[in-house]
Amino acid sequence: MAKHETPLLDQLESGPWPSFVSDMKQEAESRAKNANNINYQIPVDVVEDLLGVLELSYKDGETHWKHGGIVGVFGYGGGVIGRYCDQPENFPGVAHFHTLRVNQPSGKFYTTEYLKQLCDLWELRGSGITNMHGSTGDIIFLGTTTKQLEEIFFELTHNLKQDLGGSGSNLRTPADCIGSARCEYSCYDTQDLCNHLTQEYQDELHRPAFPYKFKFKFDGCPNCCVASIARADMSFIGTWKDDIRIDQESVKAYVAGELKPNAGAHSGRDWGKFDIQKEVIDLCPTKCMRYEDGKLEINNKECTRCMHCINVMPRALRPGKQTGCSILVGAKAPILDGAQMGSLLVPFVEVNKENDYQEIKDVIEAIWDWWMEEGKNRERLGELMKRQGFQKLLEVTGIDPVPQHVQEPRHNPYIFWKEEEVEGGWERDINEFRKHHLR
Amino acid sequence: MALDYEECKQKVLDGIEKKSKSKSKFYFSDLAKMMDAKPREAKKIVTQMVEEGILVFWSSGSTSMYGLKGAGKQSAAEHED
Repeated sequence: MAKHETPLLDQLESGPWPSFVSDMKQEAESRAKNANNINYQIPVDVVEDLLGVLELSYKDGETHWKHGGIVGVFGYGGGVIGRYCDQPENFPGVAHFHTLRVNQPSGKFYTTEYLKQLCDLWELRGSGITNMHGSTGDIIFLGTTTKQLEEIFFELTHNLKQDLGGSGSNLRTPADCIGSARCEYSCYDTQDLCNHLTQEYQDELHRPAFPYKFKFKFDGCPNCCVASIARADMSFIGTWKDDIRIDQESVKAYVAGELKPNAGAHSGRDWGKFDIQKEVIDLCPTKCMRYEDGKLEINNKECTRCMHCINVMPRALRPGKQTGCSILVGAKAPILDGAQMGSLLVPFVEVNKENDYQEIKDVIEAIWDWWMEEGKNRERLGELMKRQGFQKLLEVTGIDPVPQHVQEPRHNPYIFWKEEEVEGGWERDINEFRKHHLR
Repeated sequence: MALDYEECKQKVLDGIEKKSKSKSKFYFSDLAKMMDAKPREAKKIVTQMVEEGILVFWSSGSTSMYGLKGAGKQSAAEHED
């Protein structure tokens, strides 16, 4: 019999979807049974108490958690989020219930053995409840006591070869897509860049000195599977400089119905015969394609890398060969206010392993210097960009304005020049002027 | 030129002391202002103060702050002493 009655939570199990309540009950039961004779290091009924306090919060319509605190592992300012229950007498198992963020492997590649080791560690020293994965990508370990933190950190770093992730005013755990490991669209090695920058910026990841959080995300192509453009302060999106590669024979095979569009992803229903005009050409956002006399043509100068045609006909169309990435900055996706998409800062940069990605690091560090100095407390990069202007961002990064920075033609006719931009500055010789211009 | 650690430490301790009646936790930028240093230089000093156990990190999960070890309600309330 359950330790606490949970009629409100029980309702959540009645819907059509898998329920976290069922998962938690399963874990509670498994801990109580302890079939593997684990020497649990935190209260065995932690999950029962977690269900109990959640039920109480639903009943009261308010939270019974206090979050935040001084807990952490020595020398690290992030990776642990303190959490305490304000009803410790009724729910002693969750009186201390801290969260750990663990850096996920790049591209979230795991072996089953590794997953088992993570779970074993967390069964022994934590609640057994995980969140795979948090929205930034980390492995989230939910609920342990302060005493266990250093133990877990030791085992993670020494036996599992994994580090804590970022939290607080830090560089957050960088996240990437599966990249060229598994995806033919990938225009650069996302995992190598993600791993390299994670190692390079350890200080920024673990010792908070930023005005607020800062996120890197790496997408191998403009399909943006990790949604970097919508939520990373700095997103690195794979792209290409030359033309989309076309295999005309495969185009014909798609038109003739021999190849399934979208690699058969929509084959669960009969959508009728594939219509290249309606399903590809007419949907091109810049209208830069045409299909005539059995030949597909693309005006590549107009292509904005929407990826639609490539996604529909992957056997016929491929990204170009001169690949690299675009860098966008200033995206954020806060819960409360002001979601913002990234703005294009660097249209194309080679992703060059040979020189340890120096061009990319130069941009990153120039941006950090500016934001650390000028950013207000709890101000994201995107907000600073709005406050001081995109032009200021170009100045601090030393990047020349290019047409790709312009979203639309200006409608304000006034141009504000700076003194150094005007030949001769603001000073003039009035006598010389008066020789030619009478008063 | 690198900043003098002892001098900056004293400035931070004095700055915290001055505001200790109203505050027990400080943003990183508050500490940088106290020692009148650029963020990157200030970070080295602050990191050393943490390593020496003078300052402790405080984190809400989204934002980080710094405080003197043992100061404020937090340590007592969390039974972390």
